[in-house]
Amino acid sequence: MAMTTMQRLDKLDRRWVFLAMAVAVAAPLFFKLGLAPKTTPPVQAFYDYIERLPAGSKVLCSFDYDPGSKAELNPMCVSVLRHLLAKGHRPVVITLWSTAPAMVESNTNEICRDEFGKQYGTDYVYLGLKEGREAVMVAMGKSIRSTFPHDFYGTPVDKLPLMEGVENYSSFECLINVSAGYPGTKEYVQYVTTRFDIPLLSGSSAVSVPEYSAYYQSGQIKGLLTGITGAAEYETLIQAPGLATTSMDGQTMGHFVIIAFIVFGNVVFFMSRRRKGRG
Amino acid sequence: MDFFWLSVAGLCTIAVLSFLYNDNPLYKAAEHFFVGIAAGYVVCTEYYNVFRPNLWDPLTRNGDLWLLIPLALGLALFSRFSQSWGWISRWPLSVIIGTYAGLAVIGFASGDLVLQVQASLIPVFEPAKVTELTRDPGVLTFLDVLTNPLFTLGLISVLFYFFFSIEHKGSLKHIAVSGTTLLMIGFGAGYGYTVMTRIALLFDRFYFIFVEWLKVA
Repeated sequence: MAMTTMQRLDKLDRRWVFLAMAVAVAAPLFFKLGLAPKTTPPVQAFYDYIERLPAGSKVLCSFDYDPGSKAELNPMCVSVLRHLLAKGHRPVVITLWSTAPAMVESNTNEICRDEFGKQYGTDYVYLGLKEGREAVMVAMGKSIRSTFPHDFYGTPVDKLPLMEGVENYSSFECLINVSAGYPGTKEYVQYVTTRFDIPLLSGSSAVSVPEYSAYYQSGQIKGLLTGITGAAEYETLIQAPGLATTSMDGQTMGHFVIIAFIVFGNVVFFMSRRRKGRG
Repeated sequence: MDFFWLSVAGLCTIAVLSFLYNDNPLYKAAEHFFVGIAAGYVVCTEYYNVFRPNLWDPLTRNGDLWLLIPLALGLALFSRFSQSWGWISRWPLSVIIGTYAGLAVIGFASGDLVLQVQASLIPVFEPAKVTELTRDPGVLTFLDVLTNPLFTLGLISVLFYFFFSIEHKGSLKHIAVSGTTLLMIGFGAGYGYTVMTRIALLFDRFYFIFVEWLKVA
């Protein structure tokens, strides 16, 4: 018996949905829409906080993510470094994720050395990875030098001019954490910000935003970059559009397709239910 | 050479995405490839970033004999492979659980419980916001006035939903239903953010394939 149009739609192969989504997300790479996001208060607060820091401030950057979250967090990491260096601040970069060191090193050197021509050891430092999660966070509150006795390249921290006088969190104007999960912003809030009294700025993947928004509202986080849209807003604010800004077109198209399929699915569902009721 | 490795990454991406069409040998191959590399990577990373700098080097070069204790505890974990000696692994596990439980209690109490409760105790009406509304009447300023009352009502109704000492019936049922509704809205927003993350990952893969690898866009 031949299927009616409604029956065909009711049994639509889900691969058509995948194909529609793929086309919608990929198409803006070829036909740019140029959609620019509006700045939201958490992102503006993040930007303003860095703007207000005194020039030459030492800022501790903890970039904790993996290749799986690179799409969202790499643009944030790059933008944060660009903003800090443009304002004359000096980042000390660390990571607590064992899958991050190579990516973070590449970003740090590309932005600090190649793009801004900064001197390693004087203008920026990359201390690399330390395993131990919360234990490392707490240990840095006592002594960063004993927690990270060497930098990523094996140079003793005593030989790095930027690390002169750096003892613990009190040696930094603020802590910036770009994280994809555990350990990350939640742990820094719980173990570091209150106990060691250091302001925290956070960039997180969108999945974590509902949880971290509570910390932003309570003032435990001074600014929050929320997923890829937050990264795009931040890129707009620092006037350095990058991958996050480019991806906003794909995001928007993807959301349209999802909304369209939700409406379509509901219409087909209710119409077929009505037909069955009549039958 | 760069193009070769880009091509390996590109082909692996396509192999993984091919699962969306159907399960197939290409996908299986990419999956095994990934699991093998990830396992090898983790072992190497842990060896060079954890075992060597934290234990082996200080023990052998500096003669820090206190580190024999964590070494013994670490080795004791492997006793789980033996049925007769497996009980020894409970000792290092008790140290790990005790340490992290202690850390978690302090962190949760100071970071989450106290400060979040403190931040939830806000004035229902803020005169400054009402003044702002009268000075600049508009939708946004009106909604701003409603922020604190809505927050307080939401907080009470959601907390009430989890209060099971009184049966949720009559007028109390409406409060509990409001709490459930707000929770559902919260879950919906959370799911929306998750979708956003997934689209970002998909876009990143397409960017890699079309811009970085094939250079056609």
